[in-house]
Amino acid sequence: MAQMTMIEAIREAHDVAMAADERVVVYGEDVGYFGGVFRCTAGLQEKYGKSRCFDAPINEAGIVGTAIGMAAYGLKPVIEIQFADYVYPAYDQIVSEAARLRHRSNADFTCPIVIRMPTGGGIFGGQTHSQSPEALFTHVSGLKVVMPSNPRDAKGLLLASIADPDPVIFFEPKRLYNGPFDGHHDRPIVSWKKHPLGEVPDGDDIVPLGKAALRREGNDVTVLAYGTMVYVAEAAAEATGVDAEILDLRTLLPLDLDAIVDSVRKTGRCVIVHEATRTSGFGAELMSLVQEACFYHLEAPMIRVTGWDTPYPHAQEWEYFPGPGRVGEALKKVMED
Amino acid sequence: MSDDVSPLSLNVPEPGCRPGDSPDFSDFEIPRAGSVPRPAVDVDPDEIRDMAFSIVRVLNKNGEAVGDWAGALSTEELREGLRHMMTLRTFDARMMNAQRQGKTSFYMQHLGEEAVSCAFSRAMQPGDMNFPTYRQAGLLIARDYPMLTMMNQIYSNAEDPLHGRQLPIMYSSKEHGFFSISGNLGTQFVQSVGWAMASAISGDTRIAAGWIGDGSTAESDFHAAMVFASTYKAPVVLNIVNNQWAISTFQGIARGGVGTFAARGHGFGIASIRVDGNDYLAVHSVAKWACERARRGLGPTLIEHVTYRAGGHSTSDDPSAYRSKSEAAAWPLGDPIERLKQHLITIGEWSEERHKQAEAEILDQVVTVQKEAEAVGTLAAGKTPSPRDMFEGVYETMPSHLIRQRQEAGF
Repeated sequence: MAQMTMIEAIREAHDVAMAADERVVVYGEDVGYFGGVFRCTAGLQEKYGKSRCFDAPINEAGIVGTAIGMAAYGLKPVIEIQFADYVYPAYDQIVSEAARLRHRSNADFTCPIVIRMPTGGGIFGGQTHSQSPEALFTHVSGLKVVMPSNPRDAKGLLLASIADPDPVIFFEPKRLYNGPFDGHHDRPIVSWKKHPLGEVPDGDDIVPLGKAALRREGNDVTVLAYGTMVYVAEAAAEATGVDAEILDLRTLLPLDLDAIVDSVRKTGRCVIVHEATRTSGFGAELMSLVQEACFYHLEAPMIRVTGWDTPYPHAQEWEYFPGPGRVGEALKKVMED
Repeated sequence: MSDDVSPLSLNVPEPGCRPGDSPDFSDFEIPRAGSVPRPAVDVDPDEIRDMAFSIVRVLNKNGEAVGDWAGALSTEELREGLRHMMTLRTFDARMMNAQRQGKTSFYMQHLGEEAVSCAFSRAMQPGDMNFPTYRQAGLLIARDYPMLTMMNQIYSNAEDPLHGRQLPIMYSSKEHGFFSISGNLGTQFVQSVGWAMASAISGDTRIAAGWIGDGSTAESDFHAAMVFASTYKAPVVLNIVNNQWAISTFQGIARGGVGTFAARGHGFGIASIRVDGNDYLAVHSVAKWACERARRGLGPTLIEHVTYRAGGHSTSDDPSAYRSKSEAAAWPLGDPIERLKQHLITIGEWSEERHKQAEAEILDQVVTVQKEAEAVGTLAAGKTPSPRDMFEGVYETMPSHLIRQRQEAGF
């Protein structure tokens, strides 16, 4: 075990995978010599050489398109999109190509690629460095969609994603890179140094895809969250005294529906929290699934706490970001209903 | 603003000829066969910039093979090439007809473009990979991919290798160096570069060939492919099949009024060549040159195959609505099968009688295979893929939500 930041954990997952399997290649914008704008690939080029870790032209469709070709060849590309906000030029390659290659060719060709990208807000990144586009990918058959919330999961889930035989979209909540963040932006920054989930096992232990984690046990209400919102929900539960059970979904597709259903049937209440815009967001899918599976166990209408249906703003970041205040109000309301 | 500036107007290029007009290719410059020299494979792309504006041609009007690019194939190989093109044309004619009979939903033929894929295929080696569009089935025919398997897919019957999931002619065969066709335009071009990069990363000697149409060069993927191919000096041959028409849109809409498609390679420092796409010998010779460059690590090559789509875009298209019916006959580069046939006759290795006999044999062979495929089933009748198949293969292991949906659907 070593105490790490999420950046260090992601870097170590790359290192472990590259050492174990020479088919693993890593590239993206600023990824090679410099080691990535967030430093997640620092040192890899020096250690594994320029043909296994290199800089790419600023062309996301090209980065993903070439990765699909490499995967068809037999390599395992792990590529970085510098910000999730920049992934849209690659959307056709991801949706029409990577996601469907196995199905349309009857596994004559497959596409084991990992597309990593920093996601989410809380860093004053404005509309082009703060978005949470996960629902654009959970809507696509053939993809897997993962979002860790801590260093331990980041390493284990990234290793599982690299080992996976199908394409994985791997979202890294950038506000969590250096420490957990509960939405109290006015308080001192917390680091991973003393956090139990900053303790990362050595070696190649994976965290399996498709399994949620119970972050707080409770009896009053189930909170479904992922990424940064896990810590916001924890802060809201502490502040309001509501005995919330907090599930960190970790993998959005395929989803751990059993864990969700078991918890909601126990608590009878459900609050769903995500940073992304509300309309057609992943919360809508979660709400539908809970309704279908738990309707007769629900004692109150479910509530979504999300980003507003606006572009992610700059100066108004903390009015947009679903902080502990808004989540706390939702917890109190769902208990009153 | 000064008084001498007139109101602006939008330039929308128009083809030279629309329905009812007389086709006019007088602006189309065709160099004499044999006039373009063959450079060394390690030539600096800068030294052959003029090749992007000329056209490599081997067969002259008299059916003779002339110039530096001639002599790459034996007469036996030429006769085999002729047979491949004739087989593809016969196959197409039968499948066009089968579509009209309701045995499949959709078909796309190669009429007039048979030389491009049939001749190119001969320059590739086992283990290499093509990333084709939907009009390169000659790559499969020339590699002896079973016609029965092609027809089973076209009919989406129970023996369809892709289990009914993919459109009729969107084949896939890794074994035959033929990457799964998407149907989205341009996406495969950059994937071919990635595949080639992977060969270089792995220290292998395999090469890739990307394919794209004149219209789809306008896609961003074309630019992406060129950037990556240029930057990493990928062992790839990038083919533009300029058949003059993108459905109803003439090639000038993708190209603008400037230069040629091949000349797009110059900004990337990529060796760029135009070739007579209806000249089997020229296509093969240029392909061989480009493949050797790639395999020797000398960098990518962009080839513009100048040809003409003599048929409709697909069975859903009627070209008489947007171009002159006589344009195909007026196309100055002629018909690829007729030209290779004449060459073989000219050199005394073929005759009208042998050609007729070959046509009859090929038709018989294709009809026999067709009967075999139809005995299994067509889209309209017979054995079809199981509905279960649509749920299979979305992922390697079926996740629980798909299992539930399959059960809900009753399969």
